Amino acid sequence: MKQLLKGGRVIDPVNGIDGIHDLLIDGDRIAQVGRDLAADGASVIEIPRGLVVCPGFIDMHVHLREPGQEHKETVESGTASAVAGGFTAVACMPNTTPVNDDANVTAYILSKAAAAKLARVYPIGAVSRGSKGELLADIAELKQAGCVAITDDGHPVKTALMMRRAMEYAGMFGMPLIEHCEDPSLKGDGVAHEGYMAATLGLRGMPGACEALGVERGILLSELTGSAFHVAHMSARASIRAVRKGKEAGVRVTCEVAPHHFTLTDEALGSPIPYDTNTKMNPPLREAADRDAMLSGIADGSVDVIATDHAPHHYDEKKVEFDRAPFGIVGLETAVPLSLDRLVHAGLIRLPRLVELLSVNPARILGVPGGSLSPGAPADVTIIAPDLRVRIEAARLRSRSKNTPFDGWELRGGVAATFVGGRVLFVNPETGLAA
Amino acid sequence: MSAPVITRVDETPAVTSLRRKDLLGISDMTAEEIALVLDTAEAMKEIGSRSIKKVPALRGKTVVNLFFEPSTRTRTSFEIAEKRLSADTLNIAIASSSVVKGETLADTALNLEAMQPDMIVLRHSSSGACHLLSRICRSAIINAGDGMHEHPTQALLDAFTIREHKKRLAGLKVAIVGDLLHSRVLRSNIHLLTKMGADVWVCGPPTLIPTDVTRFGVRATSRVEEAVADADVIMLLRIQLERMEGAFFPSLREYFNVFGMTESRIRLAKDDVIIMHPGPMNRGVEIASEVADGPYSVILEQVANGVAVRMAVLYLLAGGAEHETAA
Repeated sequence: MKQLLKGGRVIDPVNGIDGIHDLLIDGDRIAQVGRDLAADGASVIEIPRGLVVCPGFIDMHVHLREPGQEHKETVESGTASAVAGGFTAVACMPNTTPVNDDANVTAYILSKAAAAKLARVYPIGAVSRGSKGELLADIAELKQAGCVAITDDGHPVKTALMMRRAMEYAGMFGMPLIEHCEDPSLKGDGVAHEGYMAATLGLRGMPGACEALGVERGILLSELTGSAFHVAHMSARASIRAVRKGKEAGVRVTCEVAPHHFTLTDEALGSPIPYDTNTKMNPPLREAADRDAMLSGIADGSVDVIATDHAPHHYDEKKVEFDRAPFGIVGLETAVPLSLDRLVHAGLIRLPRLVELLSVNPARILGVPGGSLSPGAPADVTIIAPDLRVRIEAARLRSRSKNTPFDGWELRGGVAATFVGGRVLFVNPETGLAA
Repeated sequence: MSAPVITRVDETPAVTSLRRKDLLGISDMTAEEIALVLDTAEAMKEIGSRSIKKVPALRGKTVVNLFFEPSTRTRTSFEIAEKRLSADTLNIAIASSSVVKGETLADTALNLEAMQPDMIVLRHSSSGACHLLSRICRSAIINAGDGMHEHPTQALLDAFTIREHKKRLAGLKVAIVGDLLHSRVLRSNIHLLTKMGADVWVCGPPTLIPTDVTRFGVRATSRVEEAVADADVIMLLRIQLERMEGAFFPSLREYFNVFGMTESRIRLAKDDVIIMHPGPMNRGVEIASEVADGPYSVILEQVANGVAVRMAVLYLLAGGAEHETAA
């Protein structure tokens, strides 16, 4: 079956395309991008003016919670949330129960993803068994089972030696090590960014240096081993400084920033709802100078990826005292509106750069298909509506969990449609798109 | 939480109630509201000096003292205040260990709510616990200390005690010395004293000073002599033993050497300085016994005034004179 997406603005940075084009899909593959392509038996989807056709967005930092924490999210609900948020693929973190440190767990996740038939799922394996930092996980077997990277996310890799060995070993397969950068002793029992807000609210703080120490360690070990090092959910200005220096020195370091870290500051802990546990995440919302450093890094190219750190938690778990609540918020369905509103409409970046952050770079870093509309590539396509007025409603999220601080927010920019392997899995009729 | 509605004190009719549901902290109180509590506490103090120490102001009201942390002074003080106002009181002390067994704070509160109390006095080890209850409970929530956040009735009784001695708060130099970082008493006192125009100095080792503390409108120093120089009031904060394990300072002995309030340090303050401590005291750590028991100490007056101030808070939150007129 052929489909012709007719007349949209197509942005495909890898192929240097940005203009009004048609996109021809043949089955589950991209066939061609060009002007005035003939329908030639293909079913035609007219792309309304103002919509933008992009290679499918890839969220490389998602917690799908399955196996083990299905009350928070499942592979099916998480990938439903992904396609509703414009993501055609997600990479899922190994801190499930049991930890994805074993090929059987990887296979289980992939079988759930295959059954769901929604977004593509790329499991990320653990660095160490049980993510405990004592013995290396069976990284080669994880790779063979389908893992695309390794991490002990939720925690930093326990020791520098363990990280060094993991980098050397995983480097054999070209797998990057993704690190939750944090010095545990400096974090202590911190629950918020160490600054004026934490002082005011009486919350135990963790300073930006706590994260930057982890970034520096990873960069030094990446330099030592020659393996790729990716900084997860970066939040502190000292961290982006370290990444810039590392890149200048030619180290294979990349980094991601989550929408909440380029949108919010720790002021959100105090208002509108004091001690709102949906403002509690790790790394924490930091002060304005840190948030602004994330924005500068996105604007100047130092930041490689926007990733959500989608961390679903049941409302019971969040309806507790702030210091007892789990860290994290859902992000899959708010990332595109926040990125368009806060980055593109704010004049910080243009759309082609956004496509790099959400599609090209995550595909490149993880070494997975996608990231371009080249002929023969998987027909994973995200159509965005940059001028759509969107209102975030927590209760209507597809994710099984609703823990978002953005409930009720009105933003400019949204998702019009999501195609995975040529199948239309999400359409927003408000955009005028009929698919 | 809505902003407090309070008419100016000099308007008639005079303000006779706190037009707010809860007392969660000093940070969102106005200077007028603080003055109202302090003025009302004077009348309440008189009740405590009578031979029959009871008035019917809260008759028929149910007040639950819900304490998740051990407390003798504050819980007793609230209970006496409630009884002097004729409220029906109920004390619930829950060790944090039984919380671990299952029930959440929200569920505990909702179960209590189902029995229709009018007020809940909450002491809890988590900052913001009172805000959580305030969002889910119809009852008035009174913060009796939440984590490292606030302890508003302590600051009010401190201010009442200072005012008794100095007849004013504005312009006084108040030095607060001790573990600033972990202290809810500090935060409430800073909010209150700066709102009322006092010149507040805070002092402790740098490891125990909160980040950006000067943004609260106070001056910070680690030189105790500078903090207490010409002070009208010296307020000491408790040093907890376990802080040594967190490497906040090396030893209690060294702490006393550098920061302990001794008679020689007090001589740097004004001649009529008063020495305060919210208790419980560590003699020989933050305060020398000679100072605690000496002529400048008002520590037991603070305890006595606590009852009057808490009576004022309970009375005003319940509707004050307006309520009595309407009833």
